[in-house]
Amino acid sequence: MKREIRICGFGGQGVILAGFIIGKAACVFSDYNAVQSQSYGPEARGGAARSEVIISDEKIGYPRPTGVDLFVAMAQEAFDTYRKDIRDDTVVIIEPDLVPKHDIGRRLYKIRAQNIAEELGNRIVTNIAMVGAITGIYDLLSADAVKKAVIDSVPKRFTELNVKAFERGLEAGKNARPE
Amino acid sequence: MKYERDPERIRRVLGDKVQFIQGDLALTYGGILAGCSFFGGYPITPASEVAEGMARLLPRVKGTFIQMEDEIGSIAAVIGAAWSGAKAMTATSGPGFSLMMENYGYAIMTETPCVIANVQRTGPSTGQPTLGAQGDMMQVRWGSHGDMEALALAPSTVQECIDMTIEAFNLSEKYRHPACVMADGEIGHLREKVVIPDEEEMTLVERVPATIEKEKFIPFTNSQTRDSKVPDFPTFGTGYRTYVTGLTHNKKGFPATDKQKDHEELITRIVTKISDDRERLTSIEEIEMDDAEIAFVTYGASARPAESAVAMARKNGIRAGMLRLKLVWPFPRRAVNELSKKVNTIIVPEMNLGQIVHPIREYSDAGCDVIRASKVGGEMHLPHELYRYLEEKK
Repeated sequence: MKREIRICGFGGQGVILAGFIIGKAACVFSDYNAVQSQSYGPEARGGAARSEVIISDEKIGYPRPTGVDLFVAMAQEAFDTYRKDIRDDTVVIIEPDLVPKHDIGRRLYKIRAQNIAEELGNRIVTNIAMVGAITGIYDLLSADAVKKAVIDSVPKRFTELNVKAFERGLEAGKNARPE
Repeated sequence: MKYERDPERIRRVLGDKVQFIQGDLALTYGGILAGCSFFGGYPITPASEVAEGMARLLPRVKGTFIQMEDEIGSIAAVIGAAWSGAKAMTATSGPGFSLMMENYGYAIMTETPCVIANVQRTGPSTGQPTLGAQGDMMQVRWGSHGDMEALALAPSTVQECIDMTIEAFNLSEKYRHPACVMADGEIGHLREKVVIPDEEEMTLVERVPATIEKEKFIPFTNSQTRDSKVPDFPTFGTGYRTYVTGLTHNKKGFPATDKQKDHEELITRIVTKISDDRERLTSIEEIEMDDAEIAFVTYGASARPAESAVAMARKNGIRAGMLRLKLVWPFPRRAVNELSKKVNTIIVPEMNLGQIVHPIREYSDAGCDVIRASKVGGEMHLPHELYRYLEEKK
Protein backbone atom coordinates (compact mmCIF):
# COMPACT_ATOMS: atom_id res chain seq x y z
CA MET A 1 0.00 0.00 0.00
CA LYS A 2 1.30 3.39 -0.94
CA ARG A 3 -0.68 6.63 -1.10
CA GLU A 4 0.54 9.96 -2.40
CA ILE A 5 -1.22 13.06 -1.16
CA ARG A 6 -0.90 16.69 -2.21
CA ILE A 7 -2.47 19.53 -0.26
CA CYS A 8 -2.12 22.93 -1.86
CA GLY A 9 -3.24 26.44 -1.09
CA PHE A 10 -1.71 29.86 -0.61
CA GLY A 11 1.21 30.61 1.68
CA GLY A 12 0.15 31.23 5.27
CA GLN A 13 -3.00 29.11 5.06
CA GLY A 14 -1.45 26.19 6.88
CA VAL A 15 -1.26 23.60 4.12
CA ILE A 16 2.18 22.56 5.29
CA LEU A 17 0.88 22.02 8.82
CA ALA A 18 -2.03 20.04 7.35
CA GLY A 19 0.39 17.70 5.55
CA PHE A 20 2.58 17.49 8.62
CA ILE A 21 -0.40 16.41 10.76
CA ILE A 22 -1.40 13.70 8.29
CA GLY A 23 2.19 12.42 8.11
CA LYS A 24 2.49 12.41 11.88
CA ALA A 25 -0.85 10.61 12.23
CA ALA A 26 0.44 7.96 9.83
CA CYS A 27 3.81 7.24 11.37
CA VAL A 28 3.58 8.29 15.01
CA PHE A 29 -0.07 7.47 15.79
CA SER A 30 -0.53 4.64 13.26
CA ASP A 31 1.79 1.96 12.03
CA TYR A 32 2.80 3.35 8.63
CA ASN A 33 5.87 4.99 7.20
CA ALA A 34 5.41 8.53 5.99
CA VAL A 35 7.40 11.37 4.50
CA GLN A 36 6.32 14.95 4.06
CA SER A 37 7.94 17.50 1.81
CA GLN A 38 6.91 20.95 0.78
CA SER A 39 7.50 23.79 -1.55
CA TYR A 40 6.60 27.40 -1.19
CA GLY A 41 7.67 30.79 -2.41
CA PRO A 42 9.73 33.32 -0.48
CA GLU A 43 6.59 35.22 0.62
CA ALA A 44 5.42 35.00 4.25
CA ARG A 45 1.84 35.03 2.96
CA GLY A 46 0.46 34.48 -0.50
CA GLY A 47 1.87 32.59 -3.45
CA ALA A 48 1.05 28.97 -4.18
CA ALA A 49 2.20 26.57 -1.46
CA ARG A 50 2.04 22.82 -1.46
CA SER A 51 2.61 20.09 1.03
CA GLU A 52 3.09 16.52 -0.09
CA VAL A 53 2.77 13.39 1.96
CA ILE A 54 3.55 9.80 1.05
CA ILE A 55 2.14 7.11 3.31
CA SER A 56 3.20 3.51 2.87
CA ASP A 57 3.40 0.25 4.74
CA GLU A 58 6.80 -0.31 3.17
CA LYS A 59 10.08 1.59 3.19
CA ILE A 60 9.75 4.84 1.22
CA GLY A 61 12.53 5.32 -1.32
CA TYR A 62 12.03 8.34 -3.54
CA PRO A 63 10.44 10.81 -1.11
CA ARG A 64 8.44 12.98 -3.52
CA PRO A 65 5.14 11.94 -5.10
CA THR A 66 5.32 10.53 -8.63
CA GLY A 67 1.52 10.66 -8.96
CA VAL A 68 -1.31 11.99 -6.85
CA ASP A 69 -3.86 9.66 -5.22
CA LEU A 70 -5.46 12.43 -3.19
CA PHE A 71 -5.48 16.05 -4.31
CA VAL A 72 -6.67 18.79 -1.97
CA ALA A 73 -6.87 22.44 -3.06
CA MET A 74 -7.64 25.40 -0.83
CA ALA A 75 -6.82 28.26 -3.23
CA GLN A 76 -7.63 28.99 -6.86
CA GLU A 77 -4.04 29.75 -7.87
CA ALA A 78 -2.78 26.51 -6.38
CA PHE A 79 -5.63 24.54 -7.99
CA ASP A 80 -4.82 26.03 -11.39
CA THR A 81 -1.09 25.42 -10.97
CA TYR A 82 -1.27 21.81 -9.84
CA ARG A 83 -4.50 20.41 -11.38
CA LYS A 84 -2.48 19.01 -14.28
CA ASP A 85 -1.36 16.19 -11.99
CA ILE A 86 -4.92 14.99 -11.33
CA ARG A 87 -5.49 11.52 -12.81
CA ASP A 88 -8.83 9.84 -13.54
CA ASP A 89 -8.66 7.89 -10.32
CA THR A 90 -7.39 10.74 -8.13
CA VAL A 91 -9.68 11.68 -5.26
CA VAL A 92 -10.11 15.46 -5.45
CA ILE A 93 -11.24 17.64 -2.56
CA ILE A 94 -11.63 21.39 -2.90
CA GLU A 95 -12.76 24.32 -0.79
CA PRO A 96 -15.44 25.68 -3.20
CA ASP A 97 -15.43 29.21 -1.75
CA LEU A 98 -11.66 29.47 -2.25
CA VAL A 99 -11.59 27.54 -5.53
CA PRO A 100 -14.68 28.94 -7.29
CA LYS A 101 -13.50 27.91 -10.78
CA HIS A 102 -13.35 24.17 -10.37
CA ASP A 103 -15.41 22.87 -13.26
CA ILE A 104 -12.94 20.45 -14.83
CA GLY A 105 -15.45 17.97 -16.17
CA ARG A 106 -15.21 15.48 -13.35
CA ARG A 107 -16.73 14.87 -9.97
CA LEU A 108 -15.05 16.17 -6.87
CA TYR A 109 -15.67 16.58 -3.18
CA LYS A 110 -16.53 20.08 -2.05
CA ILE A 111 -15.83 20.93 1.56
CA ARG A 112 -16.57 24.43 2.84
CA ALA A 113 -13.74 24.28 5.35
CA GLN A 114 -13.39 28.05 5.62
CA ASN A 115 -17.07 28.33 6.44
CA ILE A 116 -16.69 25.72 9.20
CA ALA A 117 -13.77 27.69 10.62
CA GLU A 118 -15.70 30.97 10.45
CA GLU A 119 -18.62 29.40 12.29
CA LEU A 120 -16.18 28.44 15.02
CA GLY A 121 -15.07 32.06 15.13
CA ASN A 122 -11.61 31.84 13.60
CA ARG A 123 -10.68 31.41 9.97
CA ILE A 124 -7.22 30.26 11.04
CA VAL A 125 -8.45 26.69 11.59
CA THR A 126 -9.61 26.26 7.97
CA ASN A 127 -6.69 23.91 7.41
CA ILE A 128 -7.60 21.73 10.39
CA ALA A 129 -11.23 21.53 9.26
CA MET A 130 -9.88 20.33 5.93
CA VAL A 131 -7.70 17.74 7.69
CA GLY A 132 -10.90 16.47 9.34
CA ALA A 133 -12.67 16.32 5.99
CA ILE A 134 -9.76 14.44 4.40
CA THR A 135 -9.93 11.91 7.24
CA GLY A 136 -13.66 11.45 6.72
CA ILE A 137 -13.48 11.14 2.94
CA TYR A 138 -10.29 9.25 2.37
CA ASP A 139 -10.38 5.89 4.04
CA LEU A 140 -6.79 5.50 5.18
CA LEU A 141 -6.11 6.81 8.67
CA SER A 142 -8.33 6.44 11.73
CA ALA A 143 -10.03 9.57 13.03
CA ASP A 144 -8.50 8.83 16.41
CA ALA A 145 -4.93 8.83 15.05
CA VAL A 146 -5.42 12.07 13.14
CA LYS A 147 -7.09 13.76 16.10
CA LYS A 148 -4.11 12.82 18.28
CA ALA A 149 -1.77 14.28 15.67
CA VAL A 150 -3.82 17.52 15.61
CA ILE A 151 -3.63 17.85 19.39
CA ASP A 152 0.10 17.09 19.30
CA SER A 153 0.80 19.71 16.62
CA VAL A 154 -1.11 22.85 17.58
CA PRO A 155 -0.41 25.35 20.39
CA LYS A 156 -1.89 24.12 23.68
CA ARG A 157 -4.08 27.18 24.18
CA PHE A 158 -5.80 26.50 20.85
CA THR A 159 -6.36 22.77 21.33
CA GLU A 160 -10.09 23.05 21.87
CA LEU A 161 -10.68 25.24 18.83
CA ASN A 162 -8.61 22.94 16.63
CA VAL A 163 -10.28 19.78 17.89
CA LYS A 164 -13.68 21.33 17.18
CA ALA A 165 -12.58 22.29 13.68
CA PHE A 166 -11.25 18.78 13.12
CA GLU A 167 -14.46 17.15 14.30
CA ARG A 168 -16.71 19.44 12.25
CA GLY A 169 -14.54 18.78 9.22
CA LEU A 170 -14.62 15.05 9.86
CA GLU A 171 -18.40 15.10 9.99
CA ALA A 172 -18.59 17.10 6.77
CA GLY A 173 -16.20 14.66 5.14
CA LYS A 174 -18.14 11.59 6.19
CA ASN A 175 -21.35 13.05 4.76
CA ALA A 176 -19.78 14.36 1.57
CA ARG A 177 -20.45 12.79 -1.82
CA PRO A 178 -18.61 13.68 -4.99
CA GLU A 179 -20.58 16.16 -7.09
CA MET B 1 32.19 25.52 34.11
CA LYS B 2 32.44 22.02 32.76
CA TYR B 3 29.37 20.74 30.94
CA GLU B 4 27.92 17.60 32.46
CA ARG B 5 25.98 15.61 29.91
CA ASP B 6 22.72 14.66 31.57
CA PRO B 7 21.00 11.86 29.60
CA GLU B 8 17.70 12.20 31.45
CA ARG B 9 17.50 15.93 30.89
CA ILE B 10 18.41 15.49 27.22
CA ARG B 11 15.62 12.98 26.69
CA ARG B 12 13.15 15.18 28.52
CA VAL B 13 14.05 18.16 26.35
CA LEU B 14 13.99 16.19 23.08
CA GLY B 15 10.59 14.71 23.94
CA ASP B 16 8.84 11.61 22.62
CA LYS B 17 10.87 8.64 21.44
CA VAL B 18 9.04 8.45 18.11
CA GLN B 19 8.67 11.74 16.26
CA PHE B 20 7.91 13.07 12.80
CA ILE B 21 10.55 15.74 12.22
CA GLN B 22 12.66 17.47 9.61
CA GLY B 23 16.20 16.40 8.78
CA ASP B 24 17.58 19.70 10.04
CA LEU B 25 16.04 19.22 13.47
CA ALA B 26 17.34 15.65 13.47
CA LEU B 27 20.86 17.05 13.01
CA THR B 28 20.22 19.18 16.09
CA TYR B 29 18.97 16.15 18.02
CA GLY B 30 22.01 14.10 17.01
CA GLY B 31 24.35 16.79 18.27
CA ILE B 32 22.56 17.17 21.59
CA LEU B 33 22.42 13.38 22.09
CA ALA B 34 26.16 13.14 21.39
CA GLY B 35 26.84 15.65 24.15
CA CYS B 36 27.35 18.79 22.11
CA SER B 37 27.44 21.65 24.59
CA PHE B 38 28.40 24.50 22.28
CA PHE B 39 26.91 25.61 18.99
CA GLY B 40 28.14 28.66 17.14
CA GLY B 41 26.36 29.37 13.90
CA TYR B 42 24.97 31.78 11.37
CA PRO B 43 21.63 31.18 9.64
CA ILE B 44 21.58 30.07 6.03
CA THR B 45 18.94 28.28 3.98
CA PRO B 46 18.46 25.29 3.95
CA ALA B 47 20.41 24.79 7.20
CA SER B 48 18.83 27.51 9.37
CA GLU B 49 16.55 25.10 11.21
CA VAL B 50 19.60 23.35 12.68
CA ALA B 51 20.61 26.59 14.41
CA GLU B 52 16.99 27.35 15.31
CA GLY B 53 16.70 23.96 16.98
CA MET B 54 19.97 24.48 18.81
CA ALA B 55 18.93 27.98 19.93
CA ARG B 56 15.72 26.54 21.35
CA LEU B 57 17.01 23.30 22.86
CA LEU B 58 20.69 23.66 23.73
CA PRO B 59 20.19 26.14 26.61
CA ARG B 60 17.58 23.75 28.06
CA VAL B 61 20.23 21.03 28.40
CA LYS B 62 22.57 23.65 29.87
CA GLY B 63 24.62 24.07 26.73
CA THR B 64 25.55 27.32 25.01
CA PHE B 65 24.20 28.69 21.74
CA ILE B 66 25.73 31.72 20.13
CA GLN B 67 24.81 33.34 16.84
CA MET B 68 28.03 34.66 15.40
CA GLU B 69 28.54 37.50 12.95
CA ASP B 70 29.20 35.14 10.06
CA GLU B 71 30.39 31.65 9.23
CA ILE B 72 34.07 32.48 9.68
CA GLY B 73 33.34 33.57 13.23
CA SER B 74 31.08 30.56 13.76
CA ILE B 75 33.71 27.94 13.13
CA ALA B 76 36.32 30.01 14.96
CA ALA B 77 34.07 30.04 18.05
CA VAL B 78 33.52 26.29 17.68
CA ILE B 79 37.27 25.65 17.57
CA GLY B 80 37.80 27.78 20.67
CA ALA B 81 35.01 25.98 22.51
CA ALA B 82 36.52 22.62 21.59
CA TRP B 83 39.85 23.65 23.11
CA SER B 84 38.05 24.54 26.31
CA GLY B 85 36.85 20.93 26.43
CA ALA B 86 33.42 21.20 24.80
CA LYS B 87 31.98 19.00 22.12
CA ALA B 88 31.22 21.76 19.66
CA MET B 89 29.26 22.03 16.43
CA THR B 90 28.18 24.40 13.72
CA ALA B 91 25.84 24.05 10.74
CA THR B 92 25.81 25.73 7.38
CA SER B 93 25.27 25.35 3.65
CA GLY B 94 27.44 25.84 0.56
CA PRO B 95 28.28 29.56 0.75
CA GLY B 96 28.91 29.35 4.49
CA PHE B 97 30.98 26.21 4.05
CA SER B 98 33.13 28.09 1.54
CA LEU B 99 33.70 30.80 4.14
CA MET B 100 34.64 28.18 6.71
CA MET B 101 37.37 26.62 4.60
CA GLU B 102 40.22 28.65 6.10
CA ASN B 103 39.37 27.70 9.67
CA TYR B 104 38.40 24.17 8.63
CA GLY B 105 42.05 23.80 7.69
CA TYR B 106 43.03 25.42 10.98
CA ALA B 107 40.97 22.79 12.86
CA ILE B 108 42.71 20.05 10.89
CA MET B 109 46.16 21.53 11.48
CA THR B 110 45.57 22.10 15.20
CA GLU B 111 43.86 18.70 15.55
CA THR B 112 40.68 20.17 16.98
CA PRO B 113 37.66 17.89 17.31
CA CYS B 114 34.45 19.55 16.07
CA VAL B 115 31.45 18.81 13.88
CA ILE B 116 30.14 20.71 10.87
CA ALA B 117 26.69 19.86 9.56
CA ASN B 118 26.44 20.97 5.95
CA VAL B 119 22.90 20.99 4.55
CA GLN B 120 24.09 21.29 0.99
CA ARG B 121 22.72 23.40 -1.82
CA THR B 122 24.26 24.32 -5.11
CA GLY B 123 26.47 27.09 -6.42
CA PRO B 124 28.82 28.55 -7.36
CA SER B 125 28.13 31.51 -5.12
CA THR B 126 24.57 32.03 -3.88
CA GLY B 127 23.10 29.52 -6.33
CA GLN B 128 19.66 28.17 -5.43
CA PRO B 129 19.26 28.89 -1.71
CA THR B 130 16.03 27.00 -1.04
CA LEU B 131 16.79 23.88 -3.05
CA GLY B 132 18.93 20.86 -2.32
CA ALA B 133 22.06 19.71 -4.10
CA GLN B 134 25.26 17.84 -3.38
CA GLY B 135 27.51 20.79 -4.03
CA ASP B 136 30.28 20.31 -1.49
CA MET B 137 31.31 16.69 -1.68
CA MET B 138 34.70 17.66 -3.08
CA GLN B 139 34.99 20.89 -1.13
CA VAL B 140 34.83 18.92 2.11
CA ARG B 141 37.78 16.85 0.87
CA TRP B 142 39.89 19.45 -0.92
CA GLY B 143 38.43 22.85 -0.04
CA SER B 144 41.16 24.02 2.29
CA HIS B 145 44.75 24.37 1.15
CA GLY B 146 47.49 21.86 1.79
CA ASP B 147 47.46 18.13 2.46
CA MET B 148 44.68 16.69 4.54
CA GLU B 149 42.21 13.90 5.03
CA ALA B 150 38.49 14.37 5.59
CA LEU B 151 35.83 12.70 7.67
CA ALA B 152 32.46 13.03 5.93
CA LEU B 153 29.19 11.17 6.37
CA ALA B 154 26.18 11.51 4.06
CA PRO B 155 22.69 10.83 5.50
CA SER B 156 19.96 9.47 3.21
CA THR B 157 17.16 9.55 5.76
CA VAL B 158 16.05 11.81 8.59
CA GLN B 159 16.90 9.03 11.06
CA GLU B 160 20.44 9.02 9.71
CA CYS B 161 20.66 12.76 10.40
CA ILE B 162 20.48 11.82 14.08
CA ASP B 163 22.64 8.70 13.87
CA MET B 164 25.34 10.19 11.66
CA THR B 165 25.68 13.35 13.75
CA ILE B 166 26.37 11.15 16.75
CA GLU B 167 28.83 9.18 14.62
CA ALA B 168 30.46 12.40 13.39
CA PHE B 169 31.10 13.45 16.99
CA ASN B 170 32.56 10.03 17.71
CA LEU B 171 34.92 10.16 14.73
CA SER B 172 35.85 13.74 15.49
CA GLU B 173 36.68 12.98 19.11
CA LYS B 174 38.56 9.81 18.23
CA TYR B 175 40.76 11.37 15.56
CA ARG B 176 40.85 14.97 16.83
CA HIS B 177 39.75 16.11 13.40
CA PRO B 178 36.70 18.05 12.17
CA ALA B 179 33.96 15.68 11.00
CA CYS B 180 31.27 16.75 8.55
CA VAL B 181 27.70 15.56 8.16
CA MET B 182 27.02 16.18 4.49
CA ALA B 183 23.23 16.38 4.41
CA ASP B 184 21.43 18.27 1.64
CA GLY B 185 18.39 20.49 1.22
CA GLU B 186 16.18 17.54 0.29
CA ILE B 187 16.88 15.51 3.41
CA GLY B 188 17.27 18.61 5.59
CA HIS B 189 13.74 19.79 4.86
CA LEU B 190 12.11 16.36 4.56
CA ARG B 191 9.94 15.23 7.44
CA GLU B 192 10.15 11.58 8.34
CA LYS B 193 9.73 9.26 11.27
CA VAL B 194 12.62 9.09 13.72
CA VAL B 195 13.20 6.92 16.74
CA ILE B 196 15.38 8.64 19.31
CA PRO B 197 17.96 6.13 20.53
CA ASP B 198 17.98 5.24 24.22
CA GLU B 199 21.17 5.75 26.17
CA GLU B 200 22.13 2.05 25.94
CA GLU B 201 21.55 2.07 22.16
CA MET B 202 24.25 4.71 21.62
CA THR B 203 28.00 4.48 21.68
CA LEU B 204 29.62 7.77 22.58
CA VAL B 205 33.33 8.38 22.12
CA GLU B 206 35.15 11.00 24.17
CA ARG B 207 38.52 12.51 23.35
CA VAL B 208 41.37 11.07 25.40
CA PRO B 209 42.57 13.74 27.82
CA ALA B 210 46.23 14.33 28.62
CA THR B 211 47.05 12.50 31.84
CA ILE B 212 50.81 12.06 31.71
CA GLU B 213 52.99 14.02 34.15
CA LYS B 214 52.72 17.65 33.05
CA GLU B 215 56.48 18.11 32.61
CA LYS B 216 56.67 15.15 30.23
CA PHE B 217 53.70 16.16 28.08
CA ILE B 218 54.34 16.63 24.35
CA PRO B 219 51.22 18.05 22.69
CA PHE B 220 51.65 17.26 18.96
CA THR B 221 52.97 13.75 18.64
CA ASN B 222 51.68 10.19 18.91
CA SER B 223 49.67 9.57 22.05
CA GLN B 224 51.95 9.22 25.07
CA THR B 225 49.53 6.84 26.77
CA ARG B 226 48.19 4.63 23.95
CA ASP B 227 49.28 3.12 20.65
CA SER B 228 47.79 5.88 18.50
CA LYS B 229 48.85 8.65 16.17
CA VAL B 230 46.26 10.87 17.83
CA PRO B 231 47.79 12.93 20.64
CA ASP B 232 46.10 13.11 24.04
CA PHE B 233 44.10 16.29 24.42
CA PRO B 234 45.38 19.07 26.71
CA THR B 235 42.15 20.91 27.48
CA PHE B 236 42.77 24.59 28.15
CA GLY B 237 42.82 25.28 31.85
CA THR B 238 44.02 21.85 32.91
CA GLY B 239 47.61 23.01 33.28
CA TYR B 240 49.11 21.23 30.28
CA ARG B 241 51.26 23.72 28.41
CA THR B 242 50.30 23.89 24.78
CA TYR B 243 50.94 26.31 22.01
CA VAL B 244 48.23 26.10 19.34
CA THR B 245 49.05 27.43 15.89
CA GLY B 246 48.05 26.94 12.29
CA LEU B 247 51.70 27.34 11.33
CA THR B 248 53.70 24.19 10.78
CA HIS B 249 54.70 23.24 14.30
CA ASN B 250 57.07 20.83 15.92
CA LYS B 251 56.00 18.20 18.44
CA LYS B 252 55.97 20.80 21.19
CA GLY B 253 53.59 22.93 19.16
CA PHE B 254 56.03 25.73 18.41
CA PRO B 255 56.32 27.16 14.91
CA ALA B 256 58.80 25.32 12.73
CA THR B 257 57.89 26.91 9.44
CA ASP B 258 61.25 26.45 7.74
CA LYS B 259 61.83 22.88 8.86
CA GLN B 260 61.14 20.37 6.08
CA LYS B 261 61.35 17.38 8.40
CA ASP B 262 59.00 18.82 11.01
CA HIS B 263 56.42 19.64 8.35
CA GLU B 264 56.68 16.22 6.74
CA GLU B 265 56.38 14.45 10.07
CA LEU B 266 53.42 16.55 11.21
CA ILE B 267 51.42 16.34 7.99
CA THR B 268 52.13 12.66 7.50
CA ARG B 269 50.85 11.98 11.00
CA ILE B 270 47.66 14.06 10.73
CA VAL B 271 46.84 12.49 7.36
CA THR B 272 47.71 8.88 8.18
CA LYS B 273 46.01 8.91 11.58
CA ILE B 274 42.84 8.73 9.46
CA SER B 275 43.92 7.04 6.23
CA ASP B 276 45.53 4.13 8.14
CA ASP B 277 42.03 3.29 9.34
CA ARG B 278 40.35 3.64 5.94
CA GLU B 279 39.13 0.05 5.66
CA ARG B 280 38.12 -0.17 9.30
CA LEU B 281 36.07 3.02 8.93
CA THR B 282 34.36 1.95 5.69
CA SER B 283 30.61 2.16 6.18
CA ILE B 284 28.45 1.03 3.27
CA GLU B 285 25.02 -0.39 2.59
CA GLU B 286 24.47 -2.95 -0.14
CA ILE B 287 21.07 -3.45 -1.76
CA GLU B 288 20.31 -6.33 -4.14
CA MET B 289 24.02 -6.85 -4.73
CA ASP B 290 24.21 -10.67 -4.57
CA ASP B 291 23.78 -11.32 -8.29
CA ALA B 292 23.96 -7.74 -9.58
CA GLU B 293 25.54 -7.07 -12.98
CA ILE B 294 24.98 -3.35 -12.92
CA ALA B 295 25.03 -1.11 -9.85
CA PHE B 296 24.49 2.39 -8.62
CA VAL B 297 27.04 3.83 -6.26
CA THR B 298 25.21 6.48 -4.27
CA TYR B 299 25.25 8.60 -1.14
CA GLY B 300 22.86 11.03 0.55
CA ALA B 301 19.51 11.94 -0.98
CA SER B 302 20.23 10.45 -4.40
CA ALA B 303 20.33 6.98 -2.87
CA ARG B 304 16.56 7.15 -2.52
CA PRO B 305 15.45 7.43 -6.16
CA ALA B 306 18.26 5.00 -7.00
CA GLU B 307 16.86 2.43 -4.61
CA SER B 308 13.42 2.89 -6.18
CA ALA B 309 14.99 2.43 -9.63
CA VAL B 310 16.66 -0.80 -8.48
CA ALA B 311 13.26 -2.10 -7.32
CA MET B 312 11.74 -1.24 -10.75
CA ALA B 313 14.63 -2.98 -12.49
CA ARG B 314 14.31 -6.13 -10.42
CA LYS B 315 10.60 -6.32 -11.30
CA ASN B 316 11.60 -6.21 -14.95
CA GLY B 317 14.28 -8.85 -14.64
CA ILE B 318 17.29 -6.51 -14.71
CA ARG B 319 19.96 -7.63 -12.26
CA ALA B 320 20.62 -4.25 -10.72
CA GLY B 321 21.94 -3.38 -7.28
CA MET B 322 23.16 -0.47 -5.24
CA LEU B 323 26.13 0.32 -3.06
CA ARG B 324 25.50 3.28 -0.78
CA LEU B 325 28.39 5.13 0.81
CA LYS B 326 27.42 6.17 4.31
CA LEU B 327 30.91 7.45 5.05
CA VAL B 328 32.12 9.11 1.84
CA TRP B 329 35.48 10.31 3.16
CA PRO B 330 37.89 8.68 3.78
CA PHE B 331 36.93 7.07 0.50
CA PRO B 332 36.17 3.32 0.71
CA ARG B 333 38.68 2.29 -1.95
CA ARG B 334 38.51 -1.43 -1.40
CA ALA B 335 34.71 -1.69 -1.37
CA VAL B 336 34.46 0.26 -4.62
CA ASN B 337 37.25 -1.71 -6.23
CA GLU B 338 35.64 -5.02 -5.28
CA LEU B 339 32.33 -3.84 -6.66
CA SER B 340 33.93 -2.84 -9.95
CA LYS B 341 35.28 -6.36 -10.38
CA LYS B 342 31.83 -7.81 -9.85
CA VAL B 343 29.64 -5.65 -12.09
CA ASN B 344 30.01 -4.49 -15.70
CA THR B 345 28.75 -0.99 -15.14
CA ILE B 346 28.66 1.44 -12.26
CA ILE B 347 26.26 4.39 -12.47
CA VAL B 348 26.81 7.34 -10.15
CA PRO B 349 23.75 9.54 -9.60
CA GLU B 350 24.70 12.86 -8.08
CA MET B 351 22.97 16.21 -7.64
CA ASN B 352 26.00 17.94 -9.17
CA LEU B 353 27.86 17.65 -12.46
CA GLY B 354 30.08 14.87 -11.15
CA GLN B 355 32.08 14.85 -7.93
CA ILE B 356 32.24 11.45 -6.21
CA VAL B 357 32.18 9.79 -9.64
CA HIS B 358 35.86 10.75 -9.86
CA PRO B 359 37.25 8.71 -6.95
CA ILE B 360 34.90 5.91 -8.01
CA ARG B 361 36.58 5.93 -11.43
CA GLU B 362 40.00 6.20 -9.83
CA TYR B 363 39.52 3.07 -7.72
CA SER B 364 37.47 1.01 -10.18
CA ASP B 365 38.83 -1.85 -12.20
CA ALA B 366 39.67 -0.90 -15.78
CA GLY B 367 37.10 -3.39 -17.12
CA CYS B 368 34.17 -1.67 -15.43
CA ASP B 369 32.36 1.20 -17.09
CA VAL B 370 31.77 4.08 -14.66
CA ILE B 371 29.01 6.44 -15.80
CA ARG B 372 28.00 9.80 -14.41
CA ALA B 373 24.24 10.36 -13.93
CA SER B 374 24.09 13.99 -12.95
CA LYS B 375 21.06 16.10 -12.24
CA VAL B 376 21.37 19.75 -11.29
CA GLY B 377 18.88 22.57 -10.73
CA GLY B 378 17.53 21.70 -7.32
CA GLU B 379 15.49 18.60 -8.11
CA MET B 380 16.22 15.03 -7.18
CA HIS B 381 16.49 12.40 -9.86
CA LEU B 382 13.17 10.76 -10.59
CA PRO B 383 13.20 6.97 -10.14
CA HIS B 384 12.30 6.40 -13.80
CA GLU B 385 15.10 8.71 -14.94
CA LEU B 386 17.58 6.49 -13.13
CA TYR B 387 15.80 3.35 -14.28
CA ARG B 388 16.48 4.41 -17.88
CA TYR B 389 20.21 4.23 -17.22
CA LEU B 390 19.81 0.65 -16.03
CA GLU B 391 17.76 -0.28 -19.07
CA GLU B 392 20.26 1.23 -21.49
CA LYS B 393 23.32 -0.30 -19.87
CA LYS B 394 22.05 -3.71 -18.74
